[in-house]
Amino acid sequence: MKRGLIVALFSLAAARAADAGVLPEDRADVLLHSYDGGGVTIQGPSVLVRKQFAQKFSVSANHYVDRVSSASIDVVTTASPYKEERTQQSVGLDYLHDRWMMNIGFTNSEENDYTAETFSFGVSQDIFGDLTTISLGYSLGNDTVGRRGDDTFRDEVQRQQYRLGISQILTKNLLLGLSFETITDEGFLNNPYRQVRYLDDTTPQGYAYEREIYPRTRTSDAGSIRMRYYLPYRAALHAEYRQYADTWAIDADTFEIGYTHPIESGWTFEGKFRAYSQTKADFYSDLFARSQFQNFMARDKELSTFTSRTIRLGASYDIVRGGWKFVERGTLNVILDHMMFDYEDFRDLRGVGAVPGTEPLYSFDANVVQLFASFWF
Amino acid sequence: MAAPKTFSLLRLAAAAAAVLAFTACSVEPWVKPYERDNLADPIMSFDRDPVSSSYTGHVYEAREGARGATGAAGGGCGCN
Repeated sequence: MKRGLIVALFSLAAARAADAGVLPEDRADVLLHSYDGGGVTIQGPSVLVRKQFAQKFSVSANHYVDRVSSASIDVVTTASPYKEERTQQSVGLDYLHDRWMMNIGFTNSEENDYTAETFSFGVSQDIFGDLTTISLGYSLGNDTVGRRGDDTFRDEVQRQQYRLGISQILTKNLLLGLSFETITDEGFLNNPYRQVRYLDDTTPQGYAYEREIYPRTRTSDAGSIRMRYYLPYRAALHAEYRQYADTWAIDADTFEIGYTHPIESGWTFEGKFRAYSQTKADFYSDLFARSQFQNFMARDKELSTFTSRTIRLGASYDIVRGGWKFVERGTLNVILDHMMFDYEDFRDLRGVGAVPGTEPLYSFDANVVQLFASFWF
Repeated sequence: MAAPKTFSLLRLAAAAAAVLAFTACSVEPWVKPYERDNLADPIMSFDRDPVSSSYTGHVYEAREGARGATGAAGGGCGCN
């Protein structure tokens, strides 16, 4: 089955080239991000710069940092709060040839117990009189997993991603986007610190913990459709749906609807609502019947049955209208996301005295803030 | 563990796109280049601020089981 997909993708990549295509704009972005929810705060900067040269090339570089301070529900019930930092660097190169655009990229991510390196390659082409853009991508990632306090532990993960995107002009006011992505992982896929819970009559609380054990392979498929419609008074509506399924039996649906409204004074406002739901992995349980109950066991709430909803408000202000020196345009932007997570089979163990398996279900809210400045030159 | 149900859909779409790409050159565009002003407006971009959409995607991927097909990378509307 996999070979069939690859053959289809490579036959597309070999399709006859037409002419045209446009390199991405020259721009620089400086972003400060902050996530606060469920006992976890994550903050840091992201700087992205992109510049064309020799008329056919565009180079990009990104520096990104996550500073994590975690006292999450997992940490307070089974471990100690911790702080850590992750630094990610990416570089990319786009090459335009007739109507073909090719790009290559490399990303390195470092934290004290995890290193990830990813190579990516992509190609896109405008067809049907530039009404349609088709893009194909492939990424290969190699991760090295460690465990703090255990120098003897070291394992690997290899990831491969296959992407297909189609962007289509349907009318002079309506755009359609389709995306498909298959990801395969092989190696050590669980969190080396997280534990599962099982019934144990010999403990005061009636349960005990042991390490998670995940399968060493995972393959997922996701497909999405998105539309964007230009309203007569200069505003945009967008809607999106994504379906997801993987070999761990997680099925997920994502819906999103949003509205973007610019006004004459240089402000642009946006609002968005996103709803997500998923079913649990087939080896997930909040409480296993006994130790070593089955070959694979997880109690990661991200693998449980849950829903999340996000409400977004954003504002952008044009600060360099008409240009200033070498800067053609500049914006200041703020985006606020309020996220609400409700778990259906992950229980909150912070209380005392409950019979194991009857504790209240866990839920939490998170606030995400993005402040960024963008300059085009 | 069962095969993902979207897999056959993905293969079908890839094959259909390959066929379309081979036959694309003779099609007359039904939205002419001079009719694409509205589509070229920045508010119509699927990915207006890549630095922000990349971060947002990272947040969701860290908190949710699903991944991929976010459409944040690549693509474009061909309307410049």
